[in-house]
Amino acid sequence: MHMADALLSPPVAIVMDCATASMLALSVVKLRKDDSEQRLPTMAVTAALVFAGQMINYSIPGTGSSGHLCGGMLLSALLGPYAGFLSMSVILAIQCLFFADGGLMALGANIWNMAFYGCFVGYFLIWRPIMRRQSNSKGGVRGKIILASILGCVITLQMGAFSVCVETTASGISDLPFGGFLALMQPIHLAIGLIEGGITAAVLTFVYQARPELVKDAQIMDGGSKSKHALRNTLIVLGVAAGVVAGGFSLLASSKPDGLEWSLFGNAEDGYSENMGLDEEKYGVDSGMKDNAEAVQDKTSFLPDYGFKGNEENPAGTMVSGLVGAAIVAAAVVGLCFLGGFFRKRKAHAKTE
Amino acid sequence: MNKAGKALIELRQMDELADMESPVHSIHALIKLIVTITYIVLVVSFHKYDFTGLLIMVIYPLFLFNLSGVPIKTCFYKLRLIIPLVCMVGVFNPIFDREVLVHVGNVGISGGVISMITLMMKGVFSLMASFLLISTTKIDALCAGLRMVKCPSMLVTLTLLTYRYISVLTEEVAIMSDAYHLRAPGQKGVHYKAWGSFLGQLLLRSMDRADELYNSMQLRGFAGEFYYADRKRIGVKDIIYLIVWVGIFFFFRYVNVIGLIGNMIF
Repeated sequence: MHMADALLSPPVAIVMDCATASMLALSVVKLRKDDSEQRLPTMAVTAALVFAGQMINYSIPGTGSSGHLCGGMLLSALLGPYAGFLSMSVILAIQCLFFADGGLMALGANIWNMAFYGCFVGYFLIWRPIMRRQSNSKGGVRGKIILASILGCVITLQMGAFSVCVETTASGISDLPFGGFLALMQPIHLAIGLIEGGITAAVLTFVYQARPELVKDAQIMDGGSKSKHALRNTLIVLGVAAGVVAGGFSLLASSKPDGLEWSLFGNAEDGYSENMGLDEEKYGVDSGMKDNAEAVQDKTSFLPDYGFKGNEENPAGTMVSGLVGAAIVAAAVVGLCFLGGFFRKRKAHAKTE
Repeated sequence: MNKAGKALIELRQMDELADMESPVHSIHALIKLIVTITYIVLVVSFHKYDFTGLLIMVIYPLFLFNLSGVPIKTCFYKLRLIIPLVCMVGVFNPIFDREVLVHVGNVGISGGVISMITLMMKGVFSLMASFLLISTTKIDALCAGLRMVKCPSMLVTLTLLTYRYISVLTEEVAIMSDAYHLRAPGQKGVHYKAWGSFLGQLLLRSMDRADELYNSMQLRGFAGEFYYADRKRIGVKDIIYLIVWVGIFFFFRYVNVIGLIGNMIF
């Protein structure tokens, strides 16, 4: 799944680099807060082990072929999501630099596709909810490890493969239609996910039997351990949902009018009623100010009607607009938070003086 | 030889290349990183039909291979990893884009063929650039450069430690794989009954090794960051290298030199 630089356009690559950099920064801040710098050698050795483990061929029963480990879920189950994400990112960077496996500009996209889903989505939405379910015996915990590993690897690899298709289509690199690309990528990665899930489950159950304390959240629960919906989990779920909605569903949204437009003007061409029956061209007030505003808007909007200028037919344009829009809003929110923190600190500083 | 053994040889080879001496090796790592990223971004930004414009960008890798003494064939060996996905994406272009754009004699060349060739060229050029970066720069120097631009120490230290431990653990995996396959001749990979114990055993030993490593690092005064004895400064030579290359790249990106030369001749 390692993408070469040639498969991404600079805007898409830069958006992915920024997204990955923000997740790296979050992980570093989280680990520093937990005073986890002393765990650096453990993280490094585990990352090196996963790298070396990728070189082992595992024979797949009944097929005559062999598969190998990728490691995102394994790292997050052993180190936790933040340390796992950093370790996986370092592995991908070393693979990119020393083995030319993936491009330098595409490193952000590769980390996002292979480490973000495996470590964050895999841990917070799959591993932890499953592992925190009630179980009274070691056998029960082993069952949960197997289920979480296989589900985690399959789902996160599917998400990674979907991202590769979205990123390549948004870059306008391939003439292959989005649906065709998905039909190529998803089934291959379903098989890879199942094999990787099997290997991850086997390694983790072995480690659990020998040293249970090394596997995250693998304690025997005596019941009554319902996990609470922490703010962090909610934010992550919302973020993932926003990404999917902005990136994926904007394809559907592009050709349909929004609720307000539909109620005012209808969509008679598509067989809907005309509703208020207003003419979209004539509706509104004619004034010089309106013309000036339109001229300014035309010059400043680089993604008019959520598509690239002069290329409204291209669905990739709509999707890029969705992603860029989401990125800009996210950046504005983060900026506001920083500003808030900055002023808060200044105020606190002024008080102490 | 097994996969792990081959990976070890590749790693060692890259270390040896970075240890060589040449004018390119002596340029500051951060400057080389900036030049490489600029080159890749500009190469990738060429339009999918702009075959002639892109072709001139080959000058940078060719000049650097020549100047640094790094063998080009080592680079081509690494293409095996990225070419399959690039080919998978590019090979459909001639099928979906059949509009003839260029005629060479009586033969019409479709847009799909041109965009496929351009895509492959972009893949090869960008790979050459990143290969040249790491084959002329030591990882320690690159990490020191990243610290200069305030890259978090945790990330840089983790990269350095992981890189050092990759050789140690890959060697162990190579020995374990050889031992396993000597006892299981004719078997393609590790049997599914040993999936867990094969890597799990190594993992348990590695965790103990990590504890010992941390204790020994603490005894030597480690407090979360490595210190570099000779942190190199950016000199005039480095600035000139940066300005010249970035200037050339932008010139080639926006002026189709090959097209101009062609127009002068015909």
